Amino acid sequence: MDKETKRILLDPLHLKNPITLQVLGICSALAVTTKLETALVMSAALTFVLTSSNTVISLLRNRIPGSIRIITQLAIIASLVIVADQVMKAYAFGVYKQLSVFVGLIITNCIVMGRAEAFAMANPPLKSALDGFANSMGYAAILLYVGFFRELFGSGKILGFPVLEATNAGGWYVPNGLLVLSPGAFFLIGLLIWVQRSLSTELVEETN
Amino acid sequence: MRFLEEQFHKVAPLFGKGGKFEKLYPFYEAGDTFLLSPGERTKSGPHVRDSLDLKRTMITVVLALLPCTLFALFNTGYQEIRATTDPTLGPLDVNFARALYLGLLSFLPVYIVTVAVGGLLEALFAVVRKHEINEGFLVTSLLFPLTLPPDIPLWQVALGIAFGVVIGKEVFGGTGMNILNPALTGRIFLYFAYPAQISGDLVWIGDSANWVDGFSGATPLATFYSAQGDLTQMAYSWSDAFWGFVPGSMGETSAAACVLGAFILLFTKIGSWRIMAGCVLGGLGMTLLFNAVGEGYHDVPFHWHLVVGSFAFGTVFMATDPVSASQTDTGRWIYGFGIGALTILVRVINPAYPAGIMLAIIFMNVFAPLIDYYVVRANIRRREVRLGLQ
Repeated sequence: MDKETKRILLDPLHLKNPITLQVLGICSALAVTTKLETALVMSAALTFVLTSSNTVISLLRNRIPGSIRIITQLAIIASLVIVADQVMKAYAFGVYKQLSVFVGLIITNCIVMGRAEAFAMANPPLKSALDGFANSMGYAAILLYVGFFRELFGSGKILGFPVLEATNAGGWYVPNGLLVLSPGAFFLIGLLIWVQRSLSTELVEETN
Repeated sequence: MRFLEEQFHKVAPLFGKGGKFEKLYPFYEAGDTFLLSPGERTKSGPHVRDSLDLKRTMITVVLALLPCTLFALFNTGYQEIRATTDPTLGPLDVNFARALYLGLLSFLPVYIVTVAVGGLLEALFAVVRKHEINEGFLVTSLLFPLTLPPDIPLWQVALGIAFGVVIGKEVFGGTGMNILNPALTGRIFLYFAYPAQISGDLVWIGDSANWVDGFSGATPLATFYSAQGDLTQMAYSWSDAFWGFVPGSMGETSAAACVLGAFILLFTKIGSWRIMAGCVLGGLGMTLLFNAVGEGYHDVPFHWHLVVGSFAFGTVFMATDPVSASQTDTGRWIYGFGIGALTILVRVINPAYPAGIMLAIIFMNVFAPLIDYYVVRANIRRREVRLGLQ
C-alpha cells in the first residue's frame, strides 16, 4: 500500500477523526448511541451513503458547474439517503423506527457534505471512495465506542443481552441514568478527545 | 513549631529539583504550607501586601460551614429517631447525645469517602500535572457531603466526588481554572445518574426500612406541591423550616445556620455580599411575579421559599464560590440575580426538579465569564464615550 492510500485510510480514524477532531456529525453521535444496535445500523447507513456519494460526486466532478455544485451534491446525497431509508424500512423496520428522523437527517450530516466538498470534488473516484469509506469508519468507531459504554453502563446490556445484571431485573448493577441522557454522550466523547490529545500531543493547539 | 520547621527544611532538598523525591514535591508542598507559613516571596512585580492567601480564605469558608455541619449532625440523628419512633417528637424531646451519635454514623462515612477518594485524585493530578495540592479541596470535600442525603450508598459518594474533582475541576487545569463549582458538579452528576438515591420522599431521613407505619419522609419543599400552596396543609411550620428541624440533604436544612455562616463570610469579606443580595433579590422578584399571576403552589410566599430546600445553603456557600462566580461587581449582581430568579423558576414551574438551586448555580457558573466580558466591555465603551473616542 503506498503512503497516500495509507494516509487516506488511517487519518480519519485518529488524527483527522470527523467527530472528535473536526467536531462534525455530533448530532447523530448524541442521538442514536443510547444502544449499540442503533449505533451499528446508523454507522452502516452512513458508510453506504458516504462511500457512494463520494464515488458518484467524484465521477461527475468535472461536469458539475461550480456555481450550482452544492445543490447538485445535495441532490446526489439525498437520493442515496432515500435508498438507504427505503432499504431499512423494508428489511430492518424495528431499528428503523428507533432511529426515526436520524436516517433522513444523514442528508444534513456535515461529514457527507464536508467530504464531498473537500475531497471528492478534487480527486479521482477510487481515492474518493476510499476516503468516504475511511471517514465512515472514523465516524463508526466513535459511535460504537459511545454506544458500547452508554448501553453497558446505562442499562447494563450489550446489544440487548444483559451483561451487568441490572437492579430493576433483580440483579446487583444500578444503571447510570446520566449515560442514557444525551449529556452522557458528550462526556464520553469529551473524555475520548482528552485521551486522543494526551496520546498525540501534536493535536493540541498552541496557547496564545 | 521550631522543631517542625527544622524538619521540613532538612528534607526540603530531597523534594526539590533533582532531588530523590522530586515527583512527590506536591505532597511536601502541601504539608509545608498546611503546617507553616510558606517562605516564598513573589519574585517580580506588582506586589500586593496582604496576609490573606488561598489557605486562609479556604479555612475561613470551612469555619463558616461549621454551624451547618454541627447542625447537620444533630438534625440527621434527630430526624432518624423521630421517623423510627414517634414522628411528633420535638427537637428538645430527643436524647441530644444519641441524635449526635446517629448523625455522626450517617455523616462520617460519607465525609471520609469524600476526602479519601477526592483527595487521592487531587494528589494524583498534582503529581502528574506538577501543580500544588490545593487547600480548596478542604471546602469542596466538606460542601459535597453536606449536600447529600444521609443514607446515600458510599460507592455513589465516591463516584460523585471523583466526577466533581476530575470533570468539574481538573480537566480545566485545577483550582482557579474551573468553570463549574466542583462540589455541585459532583452532586448534579449523582442527581442525574442515580435519581432513585437522591430524590423522592424516601431518602432524606436515614434508616427508611424501620420508619413507623404511615410516616412520610417528604421534605417541606415536596409538600409545597402536595399542599397546592395551602400553607395550613404544610407538614412543617415555618419556624421548623427556618431552624432546620426538617428532612433534607444533611447540611442544607437550617436556614439559621446558613445565616450564621453568611455573617462569618461577610464579616471577613470572603464571600461576596453582592452575590448573596442578588440571589435573594432575584428570588424575591421571581416569587412576586408568580404570586401575581399564578395559583396553587405558585402562590407560596417568599419567606417560605427562603427557608425550604437549599435556597439558603446554595446562596451562601455555593453561589459565592470565588472561582466559578462572576469577578466584576456589576457582574456579581447580575450573576446572583440570575441564580435567585432561575431557582424559583425551576422550583415552581417544574415540580420534577425541586432542587432548582443546584441547576441554577451550575447554569449561571457557565454564564459568569460571559457576564464579566460584557461588564468589562460596557465599562470600556463608557470611558471611550467620555473621552470622545466614539
